[in-house]
Amino acid sequence: MEYILIIISAVFINNIVLSQFLGICPFLGVSNKVNTAIGMSGAVTFVLVLATIVTYLIQTYVLEKLGIGFMQTITFILVIAALVQMVEIILKKISPPLYQALGIFLPLITTNCAVLGVAILVIKKDYNLLEGVVYGASNAIGFGLALIILAGIREQLDLADVPKGMKGVPVSLITAGILALAFMGFTGIVK
Amino acid sequence: MNEIQNLTKGFFRENPLLVLVLGCCPALATTSSAFNGLGMGAATTFVLLGSNVVISLLAGIIPDKVRIPAFIVVIASFVTIIDLVMQAFSPELYETLGIFIPLIVVNCIVLGRAEAFASKNRVFSAFIDGLGMGLGFTMALVILGSIRELLGSGALFGLKFIKGDGILVFILAPGAFIALGYLIALINRLKRT
Repeated sequence: MEYILIIISAVFINNIVLSQFLGICPFLGVSNKVNTAIGMSGAVTFVLVLATIVTYLIQTYVLEKLGIGFMQTITFILVIAALVQMVEIILKKISPPLYQALGIFLPLITTNCAVLGVAILVIKKDYNLLEGVVYGASNAIGFGLALIILAGIREQLDLADVPKGMKGVPVSLITAGILALAFMGFTGIVK
Repeated sequence: MNEIQNLTKGFFRENPLLVLVLGCCPALATTSSAFNGLGMGAATTFVLLGSNVVISLLAGIIPDKVRIPAFIVVIASFVTIIDLVMQAFSPELYETLGIFIPLIVVNCIVLGRAEAFASKNRVFSAFIDGLGMGLGFTMALVILGSIRELLGSGALFGLKFIKGDGILVFILAPGAFIALGYLIALINRLKRT
């Protein structure tokens, strides 16, 4: 039951993009087409879950053991950067088609604040490893959900007659705002 | 390019948030009031200044291939400093900004300036660039924060101007997106004329 609560809360109620404001850059950057949005959410899910596990282990078994919790930011970002690089190399070797699909998104993920943000939140919320993984995965799903919905809307927006100054980023932001308003309707599902 | 131009470009022509649309995450998340926006802007400016100066000094030493990780380490060190300083001297602000202080490390503005400007210019220029960009970002955050606070609760920097409750949604998440959207649209409009 506890895990279901974590999932529903992370995907709908505290959606990572629409209510926690993490990962806005890719949210605005790659939401032009549904296909690229799906690719990006796949890459983010993969890296996010992996990064949550690795950073959790490092936090509990290295940083806390040695009493150097203040090194958290530096360590985490380096670990994530290394992880992304490693995933890229491995994917290139073992699954070229997947690499083709995700390749261009991987370098972008290092500076995606969703990954570092979730890694830090897992530590802040005192989750255990399994809860952390569930939390990470459901946040990734929430990210994908918001991204794909916005991409779908933006594909329609291309056909609409948008005022000149509003084209591009402004109208996407306002669309995202309305989307966030819709997601606020989920508040109160879980106490 | 002369240094005055270098300083002022961050305010309007190349404003990191309103024109280049970088650093959206902290801009949306921490501008529920003008004061929070100011705090976030100040923290980011500090990190920008420090990282720009150090990276400009180290530019000749860092091998080209590992420059991005090296830049990130420099930036992360400054973020850790400001994180600890804020925790010690203004715990209240630290609590409100929360996770977005450590997340300055992945703010595209900081890494962007390091890569595009600081690593290619002399220390003084890099310092001025960091200052201009940082203050420009702070200005944008304060404007956004003021709009949201004024519409959402009828107050500005905590001082109440308008009686009543205001439009609550502007304090909440959707208002952030909508306010920033209209602000950028306004800048686009002004830029063309």
